[in-house]
Amino acid sequence: MSAIVEREWRRFTPAERIGRFAVYFGIVAAIVASLQTVEVIPEFLYDAPEQILDMLRRMWPVAWGFYPEGVHEPMIDSLHIATLGTVAAVFMAVPVAFLAARNVTPYPWLNYAAKLILVSARSVNTLIWALFFVAVFGPGALAGTLAIAFHSIGFTGKLLGEALEEANRGSIEALEASGAPWLSLAIKGYWPQVRPAFWGIVLFRWDINVRESAVLGLVGAGGVGMALDTALNLFQWERAAMILVAIFAVVVVAEIATTQLRKRIL
Amino acid sequence: MAARTGSTDLAFPPNWWARAAWLLFGVYVFYAASHLEFTPARFAVGLEHGAKFVSRLFPPDFKRWELLVKGMVESLQIAVVASALGVLISAPLALFAARNLMPVWASWPARAIMVLCRTFHPVIVAILFVKAVGFGALAGILALTVASIGFLGKLMTEAIEEISLKQVEAVRATGAPFLSVVSYAVVPQVFSRFVGFISYETDANLRNSTMVGIVGAGGIGGTLFAAFQRFDYDFVCAIVLTIIVLIMAGEILTMRIKRVFKV
Repeated sequence: MSAIVEREWRRFTPAERIGRFAVYFGIVAAIVASLQTVEVIPEFLYDAPEQILDMLRRMWPVAWGFYPEGVHEPMIDSLHIATLGTVAAVFMAVPVAFLAARNVTPYPWLNYAAKLILVSARSVNTLIWALFFVAVFGPGALAGTLAIAFHSIGFTGKLLGEALEEANRGSIEALEASGAPWLSLAIKGYWPQVRPAFWGIVLFRWDINVRESAVLGLVGAGGVGMALDTALNLFQWERAAMILVAIFAVVVVAEIATTQLRKRIL
Repeated sequence: MAARTGSTDLAFPPNWWARAAWLLFGVYVFYAASHLEFTPARFAVGLEHGAKFVSRLFPPDFKRWELLVKGMVESLQIAVVASALGVLISAPLALFAARNLMPVWASWPARAIMVLCRTFHPVIVAILFVKAVGFGALAGILALTVASIGFLGKLMTEAIEEISLKQVEAVRATGAPFLSVVSYAVVPQVFSRFVGFISYETDANLRNSTMVGIVGAGGIGGTLFAAFQRFDYDFVCAIVLTIIVLIMAGEILTMRIKRVFKV
């Protein structure tokens, strides 16, 4: 009887507890080390509320009249960049996703190569891709579209590859048994199974790309960011405010549209 | 028998609505591409430039590694501090925003804050903070903190709203005060999901902290942008390779951490 009473129940094994403690310790150490060494000038922080008020005062009244002459067209360009970039990304990501999915491509070295492509595409930020493409194609929407496309490969390809790996073997095996070639396998075997995931991924990525396309202009890659950059460089804060309001409106509308579409499709 | 020969059911009947939609979409793609003036000639010129550009990227030049390390360390610091601040702010905010635990007057403003934080791209927020607190790492930290609040807050709120209320009721029935309800009934149910969200957001912050420097908010981005403008393409290549390695290392590390917490 006493043996049962004295038994101490613990949620985690000692190894688990050591692992968790190590992680907590590492996180706290990283935060403390960062806070102690990061170069922050405290005087700037005390000044911040005043500066923010000053900025808001310069932004008011918003230059509403600037919208038709200087914001509308670049804004439409931004939307085109986001959409075309997403389309191009999907075209490039689908083959890589097929290579990355272990059940579709049974060669581990090909899987790893495809995953390396996906991770590298994702690690280089859209703006950094944009800098590359501006150097190659010159400033303009083409550089922006390609930047969006190449960065999005990583995200779309990874999620699509995971969706393919979760596809049910049954219908694929049935098609294989009937002697279907690989294209039929892809179109009639995998596509119907990944279709909902595919549209979800594409819509989600488009939503992100609408936000990203608004800042591409800061490095000269076209869209509404170029107008924002000009306004900021000339300290025309009331125009900058107009552009920010326009971006806000478009982003909110895009988010509502994608949520509604997703409800319809899924 | 006649019925069987007469039926012309196809195994895969054509979906004309879908085909029309695809056609319309194709027309749009061509319209948009011509609107943005994408021409084959531009691609041809670009490819020529591209070959020259790529040949100047290699071999990467690591001679100025001190500058590189300084920028990378600052990016790391920005990512760590911004993630920590983001978690500290978004966890209580998510608790307020959860509609199953809080009345409407508390959840509505909390949700509005999150939506506002999520709307603008971190780079735009960084521009505004550069104006407010000057050039440097502080602007980057604040910008990424705002981005983290928007993103983590949304995910955490959804996680809290999906918990089982039975445990909450059980703890409440013992007469426990609100904080005990949170720590004994809510946190254990969402903890492992939070670990997943936080590690994802830390990865995202690391990626973005290499970029905010382009608008003067600290980190390697400033060095990269300057190298681009001076056409130091071999140094650019060194920086980008380092960024890729660092981000991959970060992803492996967060994967390990998730394994420790069995997410």
